[in-house]
Amino acid sequence: MNERIQEKLSILADAAKYDASCSSSGGKRKNENKGLGNSEGMGICHSYTEDGRCVSLLKILLTNHCIFDCAYCVSRRSNDVKRAAFTVDEVVDLTINFYRRNYIEGLFLSSGIFSSPDYTMERLVRIAKKLRTEHKFNGYIHVKTIPGASEELIQEAGLYADRLSVNIELPSELALTTLAPEKNYQEILTPMAQIRDGIIQNKEEKALFKKVPAFATAGQSTQLIVGASTETDLQIIKLTDSLYQGYGLKRVYYSGYIPVTDDARLPQVTQPPVIREHRLYQTDWLMRFYGFQADEILDPAHPHLDLEIDPKLAWALRNRHVFPVDVNTAEYEMILRIPGVGTRSAKRIVAARRFATLNLETLRQLGVVLKRAKFFLTCQGEHQPIIGELSEQQVRRQILFGAGSVRSALVTQQLDLFAQAS
Amino acid sequence: MDTSPPQPPSPAERGAAPEGAREVNQPRRVGVPVLTAPPRDYTYDGTFEGLLTVLFTVYDWRAAPSSIQPEATAQTGLFAQPAHRETNEAQAARVWDGLLKTMDREARARLYHVFLSEDAGRELLIFRYVDLALRMARDISENYASADVRRIQRLAQQLFREKHRMEAFVRFEKTQDELFHATIEPDMDVLPLIAAHFTKRYADQRWLIYDRRRHYGLYYDLTRTDVVQFEPAAGQKATDISATVLDEREPLFRLLWQTYFDHVNIPERKNLKLHRRHMPLRYWRYLSEKQPREQRFVSIDNKRPPTDANLRPE
Ligand code: SF4
Repeated sequence: MNERIQEKLSILADAAKYDASCSSSGGKRKNENKGLGNSEGMGICHSYTEDGRCVSLLKILLTNHCIFDCAYCVSRRSNDVKRAAFTVDEVVDLTINFYRRNYIEGLFLSSGIFSSPDYTMERLVRIAKKLRTEHKFNGYIHVKTIPGASEELIQEAGLYADRLSVNIELPSELALTTLAPEKNYQEILTPMAQIRDGIIQNKEEKALFKKVPAFATAGQSTQLIVGASTETDLQIIKLTDSLYQGYGLKRVYYSGYIPVTDDARLPQVTQPPVIREHRLYQTDWLMRFYGFQADEILDPAHPHLDLEIDPKLAWALRNRHVFPVDVNTAEYEMILRIPGVGTRSAKRIVAARRFATLNLETLRQLGVVLKRAKFFLTCQGEHQPIIGELSEQQVRRQILFGAGSVRSALVTQQLDLFAQAS
Repeated sequence: MDTSPPQPPSPAERGAAPEGAREVNQPRRVGVPVLTAPPRDYTYDGTFEGLLTVLFTVYDWRAAPSSIQPEATAQTGLFAQPAHRETNEAQAARVWDGLLKTMDREARARLYHVFLSEDAGRELLIFRYVDLALRMARDISENYASADVRRIQRLAQQLFREKHRMEAFVRFEKTQDELFHATIEPDMDVLPLIAAHFTKRYADQRWLIYDRRRHYGLYYDLTRTDVVQFEPAAGQKATDISATVLDEREPLFRLLWQTYFDHVNIPERKNLKLHRRHMPLRYWRYLSEKQPREQRFVSIDNKRPPTDANLRPE
């Protein structure tokens, strides 16, 4: 029995690991019933894999049996792999016992489609329900909904899960029809809209009545696979933007495509596009926390993110006319746009300048990366940047290759790979 | 708060000007004792209340500290005998409450956190910060131009990180009598700060977290969490209780956790530098997933059709 469960766990964790989401934040479930667990606010990474990713949740599939045949997926029907399936009780037992030992923040459950979408979804819901009602479990539960599952089951899942997600996976309808012929965009967008409306309605009811059962209080998220199809970065961030604006998503995850099959419809690459994925996350960040609009970062003339430098620096280099910015007088929003100044140092700058005039030395102590920032800022005449006199290429070269290059080993390695791949 | 006209700065207000920056016109708080007596060396019992008692004495005697040290480890000078202050609860409470007149609760808590950081210069740093706060007419917690303010922020941040790490890296083992037991060796004294987190989270199981470096622990008995001291008996380590009577399913869950850890890894993305930055080597000792495996790791290798051989080794 032990060997069997160990084997199942290795197969079903292995099959789930390509899902990038591991966040356990945003939960609002307090331990008020003297039960097990508490998931208020900030998530915790209990461990890190050897590839440096956060391990926060027990991320598994209920089963990797699947009736669909999506080209990019290890679990697809036509792939000759070892299959396994957990029982409802096995998942519950694992979750509770991992949680009690402080290994995890909770469960991230998804599944291949066994028998039918509703058959599978019903089991996912049953697991979440059992954890909440029989075990008084207040840890985090993220359920990835099954494409094609009924509205009622998704609704019920939202009562027990903190977060629901519907993975879009392929960033365009065209890619979807070629690579996942049994799926369609409508089937993805309809449940997304349903979850969005459920969350909004739940918030409204909460405002009116005290005791309203929670509905996916940590919001919904999705994942896009990058590099399995031919979309440009512009297409991807436009899609992301519409998901944040139109569907109220909490997070969009990007998963650099890792070759799992030699299907002829897929690009033949040997390495996942880690840098491209990283640049997309940076862009996502700029849109969510730095007040950037999608079309400020990319436009049809520049449809791809610069792999060599981060998107904020790239924006600054194209918009040299708005610099230098005076840190002693400029608005917070402008200070945020200086390359080398993060949200924390920007806040500190605005706070500290009430006490004293800032100079380069104080900026350095506040955590500003001067190597980059010095080209773009001024401190009441004490420091005169030369941005006006340099061309884009000159600044770029000085930042990339100047004394103490900011180019990390990772970038160098990846750029070499890209040179070969594209 | 204080609307009286600014006073000319006295010599005792040294350190008030942020260095590395031109000073902006700052109002001064009046009514704070000027420390006119010759500076002294102080010792205390090593507790936070003890330190607060010293602060009380400093203003009572008007004698600035040239050093404040825990008595047990104090380096005494050749000529001057340090003034030792016994902890005085009433005086400590007066200082603690009084701090709220010059700073908010968050800033005050930060001073306690800095104390828990066990940083070598923490006592004088806390004194200088309190003194600066007393003499300024407004909240100094965001005055990043001052080196002391930055240092306080930095230490508090480091402590917060260590606290967060312990909330993540504690690994409980279940004993036969249903106690969940963990040993830690944090860099800083974070047990007082993680108590609330674990009490809320594990309300329905008895647990014990033992700080092996500082020889004390937290024990939750299903009703309340207490600080417990251990007197290790001769020849026996205080942490040995776990080794003897583990729950029969404990080895199974440890194995399953290791299995899970090995299989969520994506070898194509291997990045050990990042791995170690997030999970520094010094914490590995108590992380069950970083212990040697009893079985050899067998990759699932789902990209190629598996043969029975690579699923069932040997
Ligand atoms: S439906 Fe999901 S599990 Fe099934 S093949 Fe497609 S992506 Fe894989």
